[in-house]
Amino acid sequence: MSVGKNEPRRDGPAKLTGRALYLDDVAIPGCWHGVTVRSTVPHGKIKSISYDPSFPWDECVVVTAKDIPGKNLVALIEADQPLLADGIVRHREEAIVLIAHADRATAYEAAKRVKIEYEALPPVFDMEKSEKIFKSFLISRGDLDAGFAAADVVVTGEYRTPSQEQAYIENNAIAAYEEDGVLIVTGSLQCPYYVLKAMKQIFNRGEDKIRVIQTVTGGGFGGKEEYPSMLAGHAALLALKAGRPVKIVYDRHEDMAATTKRHPAVVRHRTGLTKDGKLLAQDIEVVMDGGAYATLSAVVLSRGTLHAAGVYECPNVRVKSKVVMTHTPPNGAFRGFGAPQTLFAVELHWEKIADALKIDSLTLRQRNIFKLGSTTATGQHLLESVGAEECLQKTVKNSKYAAKRKEYDRWNKNPKNPTWKGIGLSVCHHGAGFTGSGEVYLASRAGIALTKTGELIVLAASTEIGQGTNTMFAQVASDALGVPASWFSVETPDTHKVPDSGPTVASRTCMIVGGLVSRATKDLKRAFEAEHGRVPRTTAELKKAAAALCQGAPARRFEVQYEKPPDVTWDDATYRGDAYGVYSYAAIVVDLEIDKLTYEVRVRKVTTAQDIGKAINPLLAEGQVIGGSTQGLGWALLEEPIFKDGVMINATFTNYVIPTSLDTPPFEVILVEKPYSRGPFGAKGVGELPMDIPGPAVAAAVKHATGRLIPTLPQTPERISRALQ
Amino acid sequence: MKLTVNGKKKSFKGAPFKRLIDALREDFALTGTKEGCGEGECGACTVLLDGEPVNSCLIPVCQAAGRKVETIESMGAPEKLSKLQAGFLACGGAQCGICTPGMLMTAHAHLKGGGKCDDASVRTALAGNLCRCTGYQDIVKSVVAAAKGKK
Amino acid sequence: MRGDAKSMTVLSPRSAAEAVKTYAKVPTALPLAGGTDLMVGWNLGQLNGRAVLDLSRVAEWRRIKVVGDGVDLGSLVTHAQIQAHPVLRKRFPLLVAACATVGAAQIQNRGTIGGNIANASPAGDTFPALAVYEATVRVIGPNGRRAVPMSEIFAGVKKTTLKPGELIEAVFLPFPDQTPTRGVFRKVGTRAAQAISKTMFAGLIWTAKNGELADARLAFGSLAPTVKRLYAVEGFLRGRRLTDVSIAAAAELMTNDVSPIDDIRSTREYRLIVSRNLLIAFLKGEVK
Repeated sequence: MSVGKNEPRRDGPAKLTGRALYLDDVAIPGCWHGVTVRSTVPHGKIKSISYDPSFPWDECVVVTAKDIPGKNLVALIEADQPLLADGIVRHREEAIVLIAHADRATAYEAAKRVKIEYEALPPVFDMEKSEKIFKSFLISRGDLDAGFAAADVVVTGEYRTPSQEQAYIENNAIAAYEEDGVLIVTGSLQCPYYVLKAMKQIFNRGEDKIRVIQTVTGGGFGGKEEYPSMLAGHAALLALKAGRPVKIVYDRHEDMAATTKRHPAVVRHRTGLTKDGKLLAQDIEVVMDGGAYATLSAVVLSRGTLHAAGVYECPNVRVKSKVVMTHTPPNGAFRGFGAPQTLFAVELHWEKIADALKIDSLTLRQRNIFKLGSTTATGQHLLESVGAEECLQKTVKNSKYAAKRKEYDRWNKNPKNPTWKGIGLSVCHHGAGFTGSGEVYLASRAGIALTKTGELIVLAASTEIGQGTNTMFAQVASDALGVPASWFSVETPDTHKVPDSGPTVASRTCMIVGGLVSRATKDLKRAFEAEHGRVPRTTAELKKAAAALCQGAPARRFEVQYEKPPDVTWDDATYRGDAYGVYSYAAIVVDLEIDKLTYEVRVRKVTTAQDIGKAINPLLAEGQVIGGSTQGLGWALLEEPIFKDGVMINATFTNYVIPTSLDTPPFEVILVEKPYSRGPFGAKGVGELPMDIPGPAVAAAVKHATGRLIPTLPQTPERISRALQ
Repeated sequence: MKLTVNGKKKSFKGAPFKRLIDALREDFALTGTKEGCGEGECGACTVLLDGEPVNSCLIPVCQAAGRKVETIESMGAPEKLSKLQAGFLACGGAQCGICTPGMLMTAHAHLKGGGKCDDASVRTALAGNLCRCTGYQDIVKSVVAAAKGKK
Repeated sequence: MRGDAKSMTVLSPRSAAEAVKTYAKVPTALPLAGGTDLMVGWNLGQLNGRAVLDLSRVAEWRRIKVVGDGVDLGSLVTHAQIQAHPVLRKRFPLLVAACATVGAAQIQNRGTIGGNIANASPAGDTFPALAVYEATVRVIGPNGRRAVPMSEIFAGVKKTTLKPGELIEAVFLPFPDQTPTRGVFRKVGTRAAQAISKTMFAGLIWTAKNGELADARLAFGSLAPTVKRLYAVEGFLRGRRLTDVSIAAAAELMTNDVSPIDDIRSTREYRLIVSRNLLIAFLKGEVK
């Protein structure tokens, strides 16, 4: 058995020795360097584009919107984002002109020699003043007015979260070239078939004439979900016009200033409760800033909306949400995908309710938390794998939460102590897989190939981006067939080699695609049993059986497609039903202290329990939990893109600070395994869950330490100092 | 211009102000050294210059003339990992892998220089290497485990 | 990376004299020491086509020399070298502590004391310590050598009072006549390591036997275009006892000497509050 074991990461040895080839490491003969000329105004009409006549333009290839053979569109959900701005720009750093040159420095020099004149149009930067709504949702359960009428107390609150930069250490990078009439696009990306879909429309080509291949990818976190479609289009336009390979490798400043980030949000709560703290009514309003184009905003908002009421049973709920346009670079996918914003609000709101009711927030949560059989705001009945209470209980116990609250209350009363100490808690759920009927529309496929020489190859477009996809797939296939994991290899995501298993997003790779791999492998198992008599026990036997099963063909493929479980129902029109097949759950306790002189926050310890159904590889799962939680701590304490006139003005690693090894606390991770009957070996999603709730736990701990509830992230020393003045 | 790279004498004939990272990657085909920021913040480009960790994105190659440069390629091979690399594999010290070569070079210099292998000392030594995936705990564990000779 | 290596001219003098001579010939050249700042701008493509005066081969500027009345730090001495030097560790602990907060190991191995000064950032990490140790910057130029007190080396943000053709050859740290009773360096940065400072404090006090303050030297970084000695506060405290009343009065005076701003790293308000807290805590002996 391989599932449940810490099989070493398959991509480890190559990465540890510097042999793994990221896009910029790949030697592509004759490759030119592409650069981008970007908008310097947040909103305006392009009046003219001129090229400095003293520059030798004949050495370069220059591309504008006019060179696009098909649609000037980055196809995603709405058809609104152009590949290159044409006539009008809607945000700073919007791509307008592309240039390629054999020499990287000369290409950048050429970019400086392009002059674009604009007629300025008025920009909107404040999401609350925007009149352009990309998408809105309404969730409604019970009778809200009756709920408030019955309530003993009503507590209101407003919570704000900023944008966040994914800050993968490998910047966006893609190369393109044509080979035998096929346009090849290769690079750092999460979703090969998203890129393919966009390329088809840009170049008017069929899937046989476009091939998307992932290279080793140095982190994504959502930041390489949709943006690579844009970059691939740029590189391919240049390559086709130049008649040679072109690569575009962003530098850090460009990557930060021009590419997608987390949606800033404001969330308002009005909550009615009994005096014992039982929830009676939740009225929640969510506004998110989508930036200049719709991109993924509708689905980010959807997930945020569906998580807004938290992990609590409440008979009367209304969630009204909208995502609006502003003249800033489009916001997009980032681990958590809308949920961290709304969960920050609902979780921190408990601290406000606790003050109003004089009941501590742990007790309040315990009185309302989802249990087996609970019903969510969309009317979904939670019939299996509900680990919320267990996560809460284990986290509270292992962190000594109750004792520490008392201990720190005493510590904080002594003015001689140099710090204030605080301990804070939060709990959440995170829907695994696509929202609502999303998985049905995706209709993902994955499979196993058996070659006639006895190779076993997992076929999926799901990408290894550091989270351990390839190792996990091999482990799942190993146990599904009952042979060692080392018998399996995993095919490189390449749209000419692997079926479309959907995007590598939404905590779906293990639960959904792993499930498909498991099913396909079981088909293979049945074929072995039927045609060979049994599953081979040795590699020699495997070779023999493979020859028999392939019947002369080079390989035999076993592919399966996602099937909607018959009892899962969802209505997109009313937003009622089973929003997700299942939820993962987590609880976290953050233990911190604040320097009384400088208000600097030091996180001393994080304890977290996460119900992920089944840890296929506990070491990798823990890696997701610690890494995701650390990104959450960064968002909670340090990270804040600062915008001025529509552009990020701290777009460097010097000024946009992410946690270092000395900013990061020791973690205690408890994996809770409440198996999900439809996940492979019981597994649910783990990727995004850990990002969801460090924010509110930090804010709750800051409140415990200082007595001040700061309803805004990040909880910087500046904000704490101000709250205490 | 002459310099020693991973124990071998090399001559470099390009522009003297080319960055060390570019000379390594483009002229000597040593692409294990990665560029993450070009600001000296992330440490992904860390190599050892006369045994000390430095950011190769901030050094013109002319300043490395006559000196010894060590890159990730001087450590173990995939089939024969060094003790430190094996520690990273066993303890989950690498995820996406882009920070890993720089991280390993800094950790290697720390241990070779007789640095302490308690949690706090390792964290201080690695503070110039940003990792966005791991949250550092498993990296620190990897270094400590390797230092203590565990597999 | 937007720098164009082939557009650059590198000048590599081998001695101080040659450095001065070469610089005189190419006055537009950019002096280059450890490169930890210059190369950042170069990578952004801001310095293409320039000549660079690479000082790294001037061996005589790499040395730390302990002389009778102090320590002479060659301008190319790195932050790592300073931290490792036993005499500096013993006699100038605030400078050693400051050097440990410059970037992280990779930057400390390359960044130099001379480069740090020549760069003249308002947030230069070593400046408050150099200010309270009353260091002297030794300069060499076409008209010979001169010594510039730390208090006169900076002209503003990213500006020094170096004259055309002048280069920093060393920083002289005089041994204090008497060992300070108390000394503290504290940097408040944007995170726990590898941070740019929001405010920085260095303080030394000498207490007389009668309990009165014999002398105080106090300095802040990042609160004004250049490092600020708190001369008014020092003068006020001299000869007084440190009591709650005198300390509060000192803290009031401090605001006259500094002019913090709002920027992308912090706010004026925070910088003032925290700096005041640090000063008060230092005078009370409550900050380590």
